[in-house]
Parts: sequence; C-alpha cells; structure tokens
Amino acid sequence: MPSVLKIVENTGLTYEQKVVSLAQHAENSITPIDLTFSERKLITDNIICTMNEGNAPYRPRYIVADFDKLMKHGCKFLGLNPPSDIWEATNSLLIFYKHIPSITTMPVYIGNIDKLLNRFIIDEEEAYKAIRLFLLHIDKTITDSFCHSNLGPEETKAGNIILRVAKELNLPTPNITLKYNNKTSDEFAVNAINSALITAKPSFANDNIFHKNFNSDYAIASCYNGLRVGGGSHTLVRVLLNKLAKSSISINDFMENKLPELIDNMSSLMDKRVKFIVEESRFFENNFLVEEGFINLANFTAMFGLVGLAECVNILTEDKEKRFGHDEKANELGLKIIQTIDELINNHTAPYCQGSNNRYLLHAQVGISSDYNTTPGCRIPIGEEPMLYDHILQSAPFHKYFPSGIGDIFVFDKMYKKNPEALLDIIKGSFSNGLRYFSLYSDDSDVVRISGYLVKKSEIEKLDNNKSVLRDTTCLGQNARESLNVMNRKIRKQ
Amino acid sequence: MANLSVNKIIPFSNVDSPGNRFAVFLQGCNLNCSYCHNPETLNKCNSCGQCIKVCKTCAVKLIKGKIQYRSKYCIDCDLCVNACPNNSSPKTINYSIDDILKKIERYNKFISGITVSGGECTLQYFQITELYKLIKNEYPNLTLAVDTNGLFNIDDIKKLIDITDFFIYDIKAINNNEHKNLTGSENKIIIENFKALLKLKKIYEVRTVICPPLINCEKTVTETAKILNCSDINYKLIKYRPMGVRRNICTAETPSDEFMLKLSNLAKKYHDKTVLS
Repeated sequence: MPSVLKIVENTGLTYEQKVVSLAQHAENSITPIDLTFSERKLITDNIICTMNEGNAPYRPRYIVADFDKLMKHGCKFLGLNPPSDIWEATNSLLIFYKHIPSITTMPVYIGNIDKLLNRFIIDEEEAYKAIRLFLLHIDKTITDSFCHSNLGPEETKAGNIILRVAKELNLPTPNITLKYNNKTSDEFAVNAINSALITAKPSFANDNIFHKNFNSDYAIASCYNGLRVGGGSHTLVRVLLNKLAKSSISINDFMENKLPELIDNMSSLMDKRVKFIVEESRFFENNFLVEEGFINLANFTAMFGLVGLAECVNILTEDKEKRFGHDEKANELGLKIIQTIDELINNHTAPYCQGSNNRYLLHAQVGISSDYNTTPGCRIPIGEEPMLYDHILQSAPFHKYFPSGIGDIFVFDKMYKKNPEALLDIIKGSFSNGLRYFSLYSDDSDVVRISGYLVKKSEIEKLDNNKSVLRDTTCLGQNARESLNVMNRKIRKQ
Repeated sequence: MANLSVNKIIPFSNVDSPGNRFAVFLQGCNLNCSYCHNPETLNKCNSCGQCIKVCKTCAVKLIKGKIQYRSKYCIDCDLCVNACPNNSSPKTINYSIDDILKKIERYNKFISGITVSGGECTLQYFQITELYKLIKNEYPNLTLAVDTNGLFNIDDIKKLIDITDFFIYDIKAINNNEHKNLTGSENKIIIENFKALLKLKKIYEVRTVICPPLINCEKTVTETAKILNCSDINYKLIKYRPMGVRRNICTAETPSDEFMLKLSNLAKKYHDKTVLS
C-alpha cells in the first residue's frame, strides 16, 4: 500500500486523483469488518477480490438515482426548483451529479438523459447547444468513464441530438446505452450504430430481457450493470473462477466442494459488507438522496461478480484442443458452472437486498487492470474469438443468468459504416437469441471500449509519453492494453 | 431437385446490398472480363488434378476421376485456387436446395435477405427460382436479391424476375466494342435487359467498375447515369483494384481518387444517387 507521502509526491496523479487516493488510504488503515480465516484466505489467495472498495465502505458502490423526481420536484437539500427549460434542466442535473456518492466519488449513472431532457425541447438548435455544453461539462468534470447514461427505447428529438453531439465531441464520458426493443425505430437504432462506429457508444441493451428481470424501471450503470432505478448496488465482490479451478483437483472437486465453499464464504463476506454500509456507516439514515426519495433502500441489491470462466473451464478440462468458446463439451461445462453458481446464490438470503427479492445478483465482471490470464466474465479470450455468428450463439446462453450485467464487445471493420443496417440485423438476431448486451466499435475509432468503460487511444499515447491525463480510466486502459490484450480483438469483416 | 453449384457462401455479408445478407456465390460465368477479381468462379471444375499437387493438407483428392473437396482439412490458403489452370476452384460444392434452406434457417434472424451472385448466377436460374419460392414461403420477411451481369434470356428467367425483390446490375461498358474487348461478349442484350428491369422497377443498384485503360469511363458513366435519370436507384462506381485479377491478361492500375471524384461528379449531373466504392 502506498504511503501518504508517496501519494502526495506522485507527479503522475492529478489533484483530484490524489484526494481520492488519500481517502482510500485512510479508509484502508482500519479493518472494522471481521473476516473469518477462510474468507481472509480466499482474499489473500486472490480467489475473492473486493474490487478496491475499501475496508470500511461508507456508501453504496453503485447509486442509480431517480432523476425523473429531480425534474418533477427539484431538490430541497440542494435548493433546486423543478426546471422550467432546457438550461435549468441541464444545470440542475450537473449540480446534482456532483453530490452522488460512489467509490470513485463520481456518479456511475446519470439518467435516461433523452427522456429527462426531451420534455424541455422547444427550439432544436437551442437544445443542441444546451446538450452539447451539458455533455462537454460531464466529460470534463466526471473524469471517470464508468459514468453511464441511458437512451430510449423510443426515438426522441433529445435522443437524436445526444447522438449527434456524441459523434461530434468523440469523448469517452459519459458512456451511453440504448435500451433497445421493438418500439425503437430502425432509424434511431441506425443513428445509434453510426455513432457507435465513430465513438464506441452507445451499446445496445436487450430491453425485453432486462424488463423480465426487474419488472419495473431499470437502468444500465457503470460498465453494463442492470440495476433498479431509485436503488443501486451496495457492493460488488468477485470470484476469479480460474484461480478457484487451480485450487481444485478435479471437475468433481470443483463442482462438489470448492464451488459451494466459495459461495458460502463469498456470500457471508458480502453480507458483512452490506450490513456495514447499512448498519454501521448508516448511509441510508442521513443522505439527502434517501431523505428526498431519489433512492430507497428497498430498491437496492448487491452484485456477486465473477471472472475467468474461460480459463476455469480450460484448466478443469486439461485439454488444449477442447477449449472454452469452441468445444461443445467445454461450453457445456461452462454453462453448468454458471447454473450451479446461480442455484447456490439463490439459496442464500441476502440482507438489505429487497430490490432483488433478497438475493444477490450475478454479474459477469469485466476485469480490472491488474488481471492477468483472466478473461472477463464468461467471455471467450481475445485472440481465440470464433466467427461472429458462432461467437454470439456461444455467448447467448450465459446471458440470462446475469441481470446485473454481462455483455460482449465486437470490433467491426470500417466498411460497416457504409451499411450500418447490416449491424442492426446482427443486433436484432443476437437479441432474438437471448443476448443481453451488445457493444461495438470500429477498427478505426479513437474512442474504444476497454472492458466496459471507454478510453481514447490518443490519450493512452499521452500517458505512454509520461504526460498526465484527465481521466483515471485512461490509466486503467493503459494497463488493460497489456494485461487483457484489449487492443487485439478480432476485427469482424464482410 | 436440382443442385446449385456454389463457389462459396458468406453467411453475413455487408456489401451485397442493404442490411446483413446471406450471400451465395454460384460457380460459372458467361462473360470473361479481363479485370475479373474472382476468376476462379468462371468455369466448372474439370477435375484436371493440378490443385492436388499444391494442397498441403490433403483437402483435395481425386477419387474415381473426380475432384473431391474435404472442407474439414482445408486451411483456406487458396493455393489450390491459384494453381487452377481452368479458372475454377476445387472448393466448389454442389448444394441441394434443402442444404441451402437449412443454412438459411440457421441465420434467418440475423439477416435482411438473401443475395445470389457469381460468377453469373442466372446461369442457374431454374434452381434459384425454386430456392426463392421456398424461401418466400418460409421466411416472407427476407428480401431476395440477384446480382447479375445482365446476360440472360429474359423470357427464360421470367419467374425468377417475378419472385426476386431486386436486382443488382452490372453495366461494364456502354460501347459495344469496348464491352466485347473487355468481356468477350456484346452488350446489346445486356442493355435491353437493363431497360426492361428498370421498367419493372426491379433494380436496386447499378455498378460499374472503373478501369480507365479498358473502357472509356467518362462515356459509360455518363450514359448510364442518363438512363438512371434521377431515379432512386443507387449507382455505384467501383474503383478497380488488382486484387485477385489475372495480371497476365490485365495490367491496369488502380485509378486515382481524383479521377473517381471526377467521374462521380459527371454522373451526378444526371443521377444524384451516385456513390463511390
């Protein structure tokens, strides 16, 4: 752990990044959550990872505020009246964003911004100017591309303006997801694809599947996390399945012993962290978001993350020829592992998780920059990707198990810019086969998707030349370039 | 039911008209364009066996005097195609219509439609018509397209025209002599068929390969644009590229971007929907 002085003297960090690092350092100087020997060992062995959340969590990791409430009623704590025009609306939102807690200090969800703003559009050119300034402000002040906005499903004037501005600005923040269903017009979807081929956003969320999981309003936050609006996730803890597989002597040992033990330990560890936030930090007792109903404890859940399924299967099968992503039996084993995890976590009663019927939600975690030989979630390793159709059909069966996020990223040859309708066909086909979330970008984009978040390649080059950069996620992207091989995804042609 | 002689199938194609398309490239052509970029589609395989000598994975074999292709051993190095003295490919497969339907069933939710191309696909018009009837019945949402060089007997393919949603049509040269020198055939029937399909509103896109030494590009482009005359049909000017071309019979170089732009501007005087490729 770096000393306080090391953080203070680090010339590679901006002022804001130092403040966050110092706060993390202080939090990690205490260990108020008592862990059992086996929980601690799983963390030390890097089988369980608490994702840099800190030893004394004092706010939920992901907050999904109900911004519609802000538009309708304003905010007493911040002294904001309900906005009456596009300038007041964007200004209120920008003020509000600065007061949403998260583990990075920056909001991971900033609203279904087309729906929030569309009601204020009278003059389209004026709205364009307001939205352009709004999105520019977000990129320059929320310097972390886990910040996520949503669009759709229906086409709106605001939605089209947001896509126009996104293409023009070509910036990583905010991330955007289009909630896609049969009410989304083909024109709007194609407009979104054109934007994604230039600036790697939006991604497409299969609205039908998310609706089935959440019954009511949901949002896509951070990388691609499905969460209830007016709620969020207390915590995200993950298991490295590849490391767990290495500790097993056989498939049987993995399935019958190691996996159930892991679920028991990880669930109990998560219980302690959730209870600490609610009962010890007492976040829900004094935060204005709760007091004014922007969030409600009853809408919260917590996320049970996993990575490295591909390596896990390959380790367990011990057959270099029959690899996950290609061999039918390897894929079946992968699916059996996920089904078993799903059953086991559904047997556990999760505290303060009424938002998901008191169960933890499965999350296919996208990896962290220190991962090595660990493929995100249930993805096929980069460098081993099969043909697009086979890839989609291999991946889709996993998606139904992950309400709080799973997704695939595909890089398309720039020729697709001439025929974006072809990509819409592929997305429609993917969704009709059960894919939950589809991300795309073009092989000539400067903004690219790393694992869930976005970076500019040109900004990574600045870092390579020892220049400081605005966004902390650029640093993560620089590391992931080496550790996750993310710049070498298969380019889909024809 | 008759088989289709297929050079290759591309299940996801973004270049064979709008949307994602299941593209079937049929074997055999009735023209012999010197700039052809896939000359291996020109002729049917005559089982001469030259390809066997170069195949490193034994994917092609001569069995009872006939070439047999075993795709599971193929590494797609295309040495066999390059070694073929007959402008053909040992990888040509005879598919039954049922075989192709089964493939379409697999991909149908991912595509806007089917495009048959070639070679010259209308040489197998009977089989395509049968295939298209079945697809129309089974998958009414899919559009059916034909990519043709226009050299066909229009009476023969009437049923195919009826069932096809749209055609992609090559105009290689307006001048008959140029056309003959370039392709080995006259263009009279091709131009007549072009006008007939235009009348039927069956053409989605017209394509001309821009290869300056072989044709008077300005004339072909201008005259074609005049015929298209501000309709909603795409006119695509394709820059000649030597990739795949038999360099022993075509030594043309790729035209410059400036020249392509000049042609595009010429065409746009008469037909605004002109695009460069």
